[in-house]
Amino acid sequence: MLRLSRASKIALIAIVTFILIFMYVPLLVLILNSFNKSNISSWPIAAFSFDWWQFAATYQPIRTALLNSIIVAAGSTLIAAFLGTLVAFALKGFDFFGKGTVNLLVVLPIALPGVVTGVAFSNTYNTFLSPAGFNIGYFGMIVAHATFCIVMVFNNVFARLKRMNPSLQEASADLGAGLWQTFRLVTFPQFRTAFVAGALLAFALSFDEVVVTIFTAPPGVDTLPLWILKEMSRPNQASVVNVVATLVILISLIPVYISQRLSRAQDEVR
Amino acid sequence: MSTQTTNAGSRPISAYLYKRAKLRLFGLIALPMFWIVGVYILSLFLLLITAFWFVDPFTSKVIPGFTLDNFISIFTVPAYLSTSIRTLLIALAVTAVSVLFAVPLGIYMAKIARPWVRNALAVAITLPLWAGYLVKIIAMRLVFTEEGFFNWALAPIGISGPTFSIPLVILTLTYLWFPYMALPVYTAIRQIPPNLFDASSDMGAKGFTTIYRVVLPLIVPAIIAGSVFTFSLSLGDYLVAKFTGGSTQMIGSIIASNINLNPPVAAAFSMVPIAFVLIYLMVARRTGSLERM
Repeated sequence: MLRLSRASKIALIAIVTFILIFMYVPLLVLILNSFNKSNISSWPIAAFSFDWWQFAATYQPIRTALLNSIIVAAGSTLIAAFLGTLVAFALKGFDFFGKGTVNLLVVLPIALPGVVTGVAFSNTYNTFLSPAGFNIGYFGMIVAHATFCIVMVFNNVFARLKRMNPSLQEASADLGAGLWQTFRLVTFPQFRTAFVAGALLAFALSFDEVVVTIFTAPPGVDTLPLWILKEMSRPNQASVVNVVATLVILISLIPVYISQRLSRAQDEVR
Repeated sequence: MSTQTTNAGSRPISAYLYKRAKLRLFGLIALPMFWIVGVYILSLFLLLITAFWFVDPFTSKVIPGFTLDNFISIFTVPAYLSTSIRTLLIALAVTAVSVLFAVPLGIYMAKIARPWVRNALAVAITLPLWAGYLVKIIAMRLVFTEEGFFNWALAPIGISGPTFSIPLVILTLTYLWFPYMALPVYTAIRQIPPNLFDASSDMGAKGFTTIYRVVLPLIVPAIIAGSVFTFSLSLGDYLVAKFTGGSTQMIGSIIASNINLNPPVAAAFSMVPIAFVLIYLMVARRTGSLERM
């Protein structure tokens, strides 16, 4: 074992404590401020209330933005789930020239800075497609989000496929099942949880994304992060922004939590 | 044998595909590759093409053509050049600070903490990754604003925090991307065989000597893998600079402010982070760290 003196152990504990404070105090300050009675953020908080939560619940722009976020996240997750699973099967089942490149291509949209991805799409839409008379509009946002969500589904499904026993599929084929029947009855049930877990992460990723969205959202359309961004550009932080931000934390954490549970449950079965 | 033939006969498509692996591969890979290459890579390529075009000064319309002016401006306009260097330094600083925190955290989690503390810490480090990007920027602003939490908490001991400037940009970016460094470093330290520590202490090395001479060399690949994230995500960021940096500009700020006014300049500037990230990835690949990601 690693032997450290008492003093260095205490120093390590101090550093870890500091890291935890650094990571959680800002989020706590934000969440507490969503209950601030005053209409702008402050510290210490003079009076608490649910006023801004009630206001946010009925405020139309927030509802519209939330709806947009859900539509975009659901649409891009659907596309990414399909494409990501296909790539995972291709890379798992076959050895071919350029396999590494395919892997890199799937990762590239999240490896490159969001501003580059956003500007690339925006440039294609505005400099090339619109002059040619093709306005992609709302769907452009979903296309962009789907592109960087593929990797989430791919990673999860691929990791599971690698651990699956290929002889089960061979047995199924030997017993006379077709490709589709084998997939439906033998293969899919084995990677279903990984598939759902990946899709949930894709949803969370899209729901939270802002930089690519800035450049690909059609004028006048706000997702929840875009709405927050607009409010942030005003001089004082309105308390209602903290409400929406807290909401974003909750909505992103729920799918991640379920996704983790699914992955872990599967690991325990094995 | 006879059953097989009847089955093949009743499932003509499956039987056909079963013998043709290449066709099956094509069926799987065609659509995803069409999407990624035909939509995304093509967009990046079109961006590169646009970088050689120019804007008509009178009509402010983008004119197809060929000019290197946009690329030359990156190196000749002093504000552009200094922004590129500043961005590079900020990204390196974020990476350095992340390593500085990740190593002691990893050592504590892997070698000292009890199992339940270790698991709790692993969750605690991962969770904020999903708390929302803008949310965390807002949170940092609330803490470090003039009359915010930080100055309030440390006023009794006479310390006042960083204002909205470059140090706070580095701190906020570290806040955003730290888990990407902490997790691989922790995993790598956990994988070090315990007998290496025994051997080190048998030979008379004290704790810090062991960390410096045994642990650090073994976790270099994990540090490089983590730094790919901390470095490239910081390099392309501009909203953190916008909201916590006062007037600090980064490469992303130049790209974002030019995309509507002067798309070719924005396009040329987009190549700067792409180049940095690619060079970084190539260096990382040489050290064999990418397999760990």
